[in-house]
Amino acid sequence: MIRRSRGLWAAAIFAYVFLYAPLVIVVAYSFNDSRLNAEWVGFTFAWYGKLFHNEKMLQAAWNSLLIGVTASVVSTVFGTMAGYAMYRFKMRLLPLLILAPIAIPEILMGVSLLIFFVLLNISLGMISIILSHIAFCIGFVAIVVRSRLAGMDESLTEAARDLGATPWMAFRLVTLPLIMPGVVAGALMAFTLSIDDFVITFFTAGVGSTTLPLQIYTMVKIAVTPEVNAVSTLLMMLTLALILIASKLAPGSLRAQ
Amino acid sequence: MATPQNRLHKWLIGGPPLAYLVVFFAIPVLIMVLASLRNSGDFGGLAPLFSEESGTLDLTTENYGRFFSDLIYTELFLKSFAYAAITTLVCLVIAYPLAMLIARSAKKHRDLLVLLVILPFWSNFLIRVYAWMIILGPQSVFVSALNRVLGTIGIEPVTLLYTPFAVIVGLVYVHLPFMVLPLYANLEKHDPALLDAAQDLGANAWRRFWRVTFPLSLPGVYAGAALVFIPALGIFAIPDILGGTEGIMIGNVIKQQFLDTRDWPFGSVLSMVLTVMAVALAGLAAWVARQSRT
Repeated sequence: MIRRSRGLWAAAIFAYVFLYAPLVIVVAYSFNDSRLNAEWVGFTFAWYGKLFHNEKMLQAAWNSLLIGVTASVVSTVFGTMAGYAMYRFKMRLLPLLILAPIAIPEILMGVSLLIFFVLLNISLGMISIILSHIAFCIGFVAIVVRSRLAGMDESLTEAARDLGATPWMAFRLVTLPLIMPGVVAGALMAFTLSIDDFVITFFTAGVGSTTLPLQIYTMVKIAVTPEVNAVSTLLMMLTLALILIASKLAPGSLRAQ
Repeated sequence: MATPQNRLHKWLIGGPPLAYLVVFFAIPVLIMVLASLRNSGDFGGLAPLFSEESGTLDLTTENYGRFFSDLIYTELFLKSFAYAAITTLVCLVIAYPLAMLIARSAKKHRDLLVLLVILPFWSNFLIRVYAWMIILGPQSVFVSALNRVLGTIGIEPVTLLYTPFAVIVGLVYVHLPFMVLPLYANLEKHDPALLDAAQDLGANAWRRFWRVTFPLSLPGVYAGAALVFIPALGIFAIPDILGGTEGIMIGNVIKQQFLDTRDWPFGSVLSMVLTVMAVALAGLAAWVARQSRT
């Protein structure tokens, strides 16, 4: 089946180049021995070295990690509960609240949480960021877990119940191990979303709670430097690793996005 | 099934995440709806909800009045609409051949080709925008080469960064996968026999595309358009980083109202209008998709 393949190939290759060239450029310049992102001067690791002596950057990385771990753990617990509840019971409000944060403009969630925290006198900082990240991650975990549950053989749980297991035992010993890959994939997804989030963090962050994306934003607003390329490259590697693990654990879960 | 025990389980399991989302999503959004009806505080933020003089709720529709009377904001929305529309169109033009190629390649290659479309999407959003700062920036090898070419044919050198053009490029880049995936999902289901039949009846490649493939792919086009247009409409980071003063969109003004001007009620009005439009467009897209399916 070869139809107009040459033109199609050319257009498709253009699209792939368009998708990848910018990222390749970011990575390449992170090894360039020049302050300017222009001519290639020579190979260096200097920008990575500088990165590890940049106090602000290290603090931001630590903040991102702390927020990412906390938010993904909590949202995985809540998201799994939500996914299970939506699968097992007839829930009216829950599916709406799961989908709405994903469907509405991100900026709306950011500014509404800003108003919310300020009115409640919750100071903007790590706590407010974590609370917000949990709120937008729950939905993604719930969707992944629910799709995993939908692919599960219902008779296994029923068999456990027939053999005298309490609902909790049946869940703990049969259902949970079966959906575990989905749960872990959901957790990794939540961690990635939290580490990467810019918009909602931007509105809910305060002094001293700068995350990596916020730090990158601040640097980019001042000037384009190879240090940004270096931190971007590291962040890309981390995300890539997490995605590969997630896709190994739950094939197809990446498409839930 | 609705035994009391069952109901207990339902609330034990579904209750906590539901409560969390009510507190940290539904209530903040409702507060914002209310905030759009309140007066601005003396030092920014919001004025007290209860007026001390009259002892009644101090609500106003003035903020909405200001939005509809000052044409600057209508213009801003129209401009954001135009940016999002151009973005959608460019995404469609780039994504269509790609989706078609993936759908027509051998089954064993399809997953890999799709993964290659999704992969860049997982890198940090800011990094992807930042990359275009390098490519379109004044020091860029690409821009200086372009200007050399333009120079030889006697055209003034161009500046690309901090222009509406840069904003569109950034918007297209960030949203492209959202167009490719629904298109691919649709094109993959097409029956190749239809194209063979068209060919047997004498239709050339161009005609086969416009009379068979494209009309059949319309649900995918609509889905992709919705997935690109709606998020593109509300974005603020891309114009903020690539757009300079000329290329601002509605999201930038919302950010400005909340963080710089600190006029929360008006910022809430702008967010409300944006959200209502986004939800309406999503509803429209769903409706059109349902219509074209039957």
